[in-house]
Amino acid sequence: MLNDILKILENDASTTPKQIAEMIGMPQAEVSRLIKQALKERTIIKYKAIVNWDRVEAEHVWALIEVKLTPQKDVGFDSIAERIYRFPQTRTVYLVSGTYDLFVLVVGKSNHEIADFVSQKLSHIEGVKETVTQFVLKRYKEDGEVVEGTEEVKRQPVIL
Amino acid sequence: MVSKSKQRVHSKKYRISKRTNQLSPSGIRKFFDLLASIEGVISLGVGEPDYATPWHIIESAIESLEKGQTMYTSNLGMPELRQELARYLKHHYDLRYDPNTELLITVGVSEAMDLAMRAIINPGEEVIMPDPHYVAYDACVILAGGKAVTVPTFEEDGFELSAADVEECITNKTRAIFIGYPANPTGAVMSREKMTEITEVAKDHGLLVISDEIYAKLVYGVEHTCVPTLPGMRENTILLGGFSKAYAMTGWRIGYAAAPKEIIAAMTKIHQYTMMCASTMAQVAALEALRSGEESAAEMVEDYSRRRLVMVKGLCDIGLSCFEPKGAFYAFPSIKKTGMTSEEFAEALLTEEKVAVVPGSAFGDCGEGYVRCCYATSMADIEEALTRMKRFVSKYRKV
Repeated sequence: MLNDILKILENDASTTPKQIAEMIGMPQAEVSRLIKQALKERTIIKYKAIVNWDRVEAEHVWALIEVKLTPQKDVGFDSIAERIYRFPQTRTVYLVSGTYDLFVLVVGKSNHEIADFVSQKLSHIEGVKETVTQFVLKRYKEDGEVVEGTEEVKRQPVIL
Repeated sequence: MVSKSKQRVHSKKYRISKRTNQLSPSGIRKFFDLLASIEGVISLGVGEPDYATPWHIIESAIESLEKGQTMYTSNLGMPELRQELARYLKHHYDLRYDPNTELLITVGVSEAMDLAMRAIINPGEEVIMPDPHYVAYDACVILAGGKAVTVPTFEEDGFELSAADVEECITNKTRAIFIGYPANPTGAVMSREKMTEITEVAKDHGLLVISDEIYAKLVYGVEHTCVPTLPGMRENTILLGGFSKAYAMTGWRIGYAAAPKEIIAAMTKIHQYTMMCASTMAQVAALEALRSGEESAAEMVEDYSRRRLVMVKGLCDIGLSCFEPKGAFYAFPSIKKTGMTSEEFAEALLTEEKVAVVPGSAFGDCGEGYVRCCYATSMADIEEALTRMKRFVSKYRKV
């Protein structure tokens, strides 16, 4: 049952415990209890909105940074990753297989700010061997949701 | 709203055929002419998924068009599709149909229904069907020159068809029993036991069963009973199925019939003269749906189930008693408390609160006193519709 609740919330975090209770046929108190517990255990990490900042005049620059690491003695990738993800500019940090080690998604107010972050902060971290920065030109889909335009299907007013 | 008889067109100028004039205009259709003229309506009327077809299915059809796959297919349908369908029926129901002689790809279940009736009915022969039933069932029988005989079903019995009642309707003219479970408009599902009682009656009297199983995948917490899997029924059933409801493919118009060789040959004869073949593009899409649509279908079913619970509870809370539908995507609440007829209720609800439901009477006399609410619509719309209906019902409820 927790899985059902998680699926509903992952799709729409604004669904209330009352609504969920009706959707899955479970007492509301039980739904609230499970959600509370999931939040406590960080099964649900956080509720957030997916924002299209282009709709308001707020400049946002996104960059994908490929980071190659040199393994340090006594220090694993995890601790290097931590030194990186603690910077609030980083939005996503993944350890990946392939030609580089860390995938870092950074959001800043300008190209300049991101350039500063890479040259002043990221590249100085011990263990960081090489970085390749790719600026995002357009966001088509964000976290499973199409950014521009609606996906709404227009039904014809007919019935058979 | 105008009564059925007044709406019939008796054209003198063009001498429309008697058989066509015998058909009453679909009760749902005339209702939707009214709907089209009002803005801001929340529709619980449309009997189709609110999803677009899953992208992988659409993409496969686009690719086939780009490759120039735009010619006719075999009358029976693409061989790959029939083979995949045979595999599907074997896998899901352990049914063996020969893809070369026992499967026919049709333009939706609607065409398959028409073909089945025309292939088996002689003038004046009777076909037994439950009341209420989907609006096309009796029309197909009439168009084939037959007579539709209806067997009442009731909310108290979960709108299940009783074998004893069916048996009582059998005459020496009875040719077949036409059923469709999970049912439109009630959402009723027949248990395997109850269905077996019906098929035993059919066998005893040498009747064919035409089983419309378009909603087979849309069942909630119960097993779907596939009629040809019942003892001795593979040889006595015309199984009709399709892709519209489970894979959200209503507009593609693609379905199939599975039946013994002789029946498929007869249906194919009509199909080849009237339709040639189902649309090639839709057949490609159907093939993709069978090969890898299982997951997307399951996701939609899971979602329908949630909406179903919200809808049924909401209707009951409003005071419109509603038996729990175990299949399809319809709730069929009783509106008898309001003292209105189904048509009056639906029309007033539409004009006063802008919520569209379908009068139960459109589906037969036993549908009077009920309305059909389709819950294949967004949760937000369901909730808003329930709020409006609550306001409406409290205004009209007779204590």
